[in-house]
Amino acid sequence: MNRKRLLNHKAPVTPDLSKTRTGIEGFDEITKGGLPRGRTTLLEGCAGSGKTVMALQSLVNGARLNNEAGIFVAFEETSERIKTNAKKFGWDLEVLEKRKLFFLNAQTTPDLAQSGSFDLGGILAAVETKAKEINAKRVVFDALDVVLALLGDPAAERREVYRLHEWLGARGLTAIITSKVGNRQSLLDNQPNLGFMQFMVDCTVTLNHELVRGVSQRSLHVVKYRGSSFSENESPFVIGEGGLEVAGAREVAGGREPGWQRTSRSSKLTERLSSGVKRLDTMLGGGYYRGAAILITGFPGTAKSTLAGAFAEAACKRGERTLFISFDSDADEVIRNLTSVNIRLERFVKKEKLRLISARTVSGSAEIHLMQIKQLAKTHDARCVIIDPVSALAKAGNEETAYSVAERLLDWSKSSGITLLCTSLLQEASSSTEGTPLQISTLADTWIHLNYLVHAGERNRGLSIIKSRGTSHSNQVRELMLSDKGVTLADAYTAGGEVLMGTLRWEKERAEQSARDEELATAKKILAALDNEEAEIEVRIKSAQRELLAKRSQRKELNLLTSKRIHAFANRRTQLSELRGTDKS
Amino acid sequence: MSKTAPFRFRLYVAGDAANSLQAITNLRALCREHLAERHEIEIIDVFREPKRAMAEGVLLTPMLVRVCPEPPLKIIGDLSESRPFMQILE
Repeated sequence: MNRKRLLNHKAPVTPDLSKTRTGIEGFDEITKGGLPRGRTTLLEGCAGSGKTVMALQSLVNGARLNNEAGIFVAFEETSERIKTNAKKFGWDLEVLEKRKLFFLNAQTTPDLAQSGSFDLGGILAAVETKAKEINAKRVVFDALDVVLALLGDPAAERREVYRLHEWLGARGLTAIITSKVGNRQSLLDNQPNLGFMQFMVDCTVTLNHELVRGVSQRSLHVVKYRGSSFSENESPFVIGEGGLEVAGAREVAGGREPGWQRTSRSSKLTERLSSGVKRLDTMLGGGYYRGAAILITGFPGTAKSTLAGAFAEAACKRGERTLFISFDSDADEVIRNLTSVNIRLERFVKKEKLRLISARTVSGSAEIHLMQIKQLAKTHDARCVIIDPVSALAKAGNEETAYSVAERLLDWSKSSGITLLCTSLLQEASSSTEGTPLQISTLADTWIHLNYLVHAGERNRGLSIIKSRGTSHSNQVRELMLSDKGVTLADAYTAGGEVLMGTLRWEKERAEQSARDEELATAKKILAALDNEEAEIEVRIKSAQRELLAKRSQRKELNLLTSKRIHAFANRRTQLSELRGTDKS
Repeated sequence: MSKTAPFRFRLYVAGDAANSLQAITNLRALCREHLAERHEIEIIDVFREPKRAMAEGVLLTPMLVRVCPEPPLKIIGDLSESRPFMQILE
């Protein structure tokens, strides 16, 4: 009562006192605080679904994180076997067992003689004694179904479950009961008391384990949680190096520790990182942004991995710890292939700046990959993470989950301030669109697309920046050229709305040059011809003028002659008339 | 009841649970009938002496342990069926 009143006055961000954290990554988020404190939780699932691990893990975490002692009652497997199995998780059970953890072996021998009715009184007495001794707050009854089956009578089973529940409630122990169930269909037919158990407890969690096209997929699902809201979706989980890791619910992922996210991002908002290719940095206005998610898409062989390698090398040169995960090739192959284009990663691998992981042969669900990537990035303390190609997450059996996984991948990298570079393979079939199978292109900050341009019997690599948030980037397609000197970008030749590359670009350039030369020659010829004509005309003008002058002088002479003649004629008439003696008229 | 009784039993009970009380009654009746003066019974309440119960590995109650003769044999339940009891007498 007191506890509840207290809760109402608290702001929603403070931890819910009615709950106790399991310390299992993701699970506390889904349940918004963990298991109901002082109450009972049923963990059900088929054999091998991870019930025992989860129950033990929450007990171990209770002891480690909350300093709450716990008791583990093992009905099916011996505690020795459970401890051996849990060794790989590194929980230091031996240390905890000294004061904070107690295992109670409660296996019944199959040949145990029975006569009439019996109950769990002995176990409860033992737990009670131990609980007082070590001041235990938590208890696990692992595989309660095994012991209930001995009762051989549904009514007796129900009675015992009821009694156990009452007993636990009276002692205020936070309890986990695990119980095996068959497959979902036959669940209620074969175990009529499971429904009763679900009804009794305050919280029920179902664990599933199935193979989807050969890929192991584990998920858990909170079926009920009295007095609390919870994520009702199925949440995938893996049993990793440290135990269970549950993929947190989406809505939770966005809302974690907002203050932390803000500071970590704002300081990095303006920092630019080299892509490892000088011209590309220029195209991007200085490089990628720190903490950005970069996507490089393209068909097989368009040098996606090379660009990824260039980025890795640049990061290592800056002294940043980098994680490179290749789903395509072995680590040696990656190094060899990149060395051929003068990207030398081996030295950084040796210096342990670069962690090069080949996940080529690892088959697993997208969830498993995501968790492994996170785990690797964490242990390597990576600032830059490269996944080549991220489309490997969407391999057979993963289609449904791959998108949400990719989304969470980006979400995670951003909130942890990691610069993430993913390549994504495009199939020829979808070549008409530049969309990626995972649709992460919409989430990425920078999207670089590599393409082949086939023309005149040649394939050339073209690079274009489709988008780059917060950057004034070049919109031109550049030709990407690989040589033993490294990666370079060349201006693609644009002519008449066509992008030309390779030999074609060279040819076109040559052709235009010679055309220009020819034009010049022609013009020169014409000019010379014009000169000639002009000269000719000038000559003609001169001769015509001479002619004109000649004609003029001729005319002058004639005029003179004519007037002389007239004059002479008149003289002769006078002489004649004088001769004839004509009278003067 | 002498210390040298050929049959010595320990009956672990859980407080005053109905099947535990029934087990006490049934055990006494069976012993009276079949073992007369040749037996010895010790009744242990697991809630009062949990350490003994744990040492004995008593998880389900009521539980009868035939301590003597060796080897120890166990029967769980209220002993309402006499056959398992008769078997450990042989």
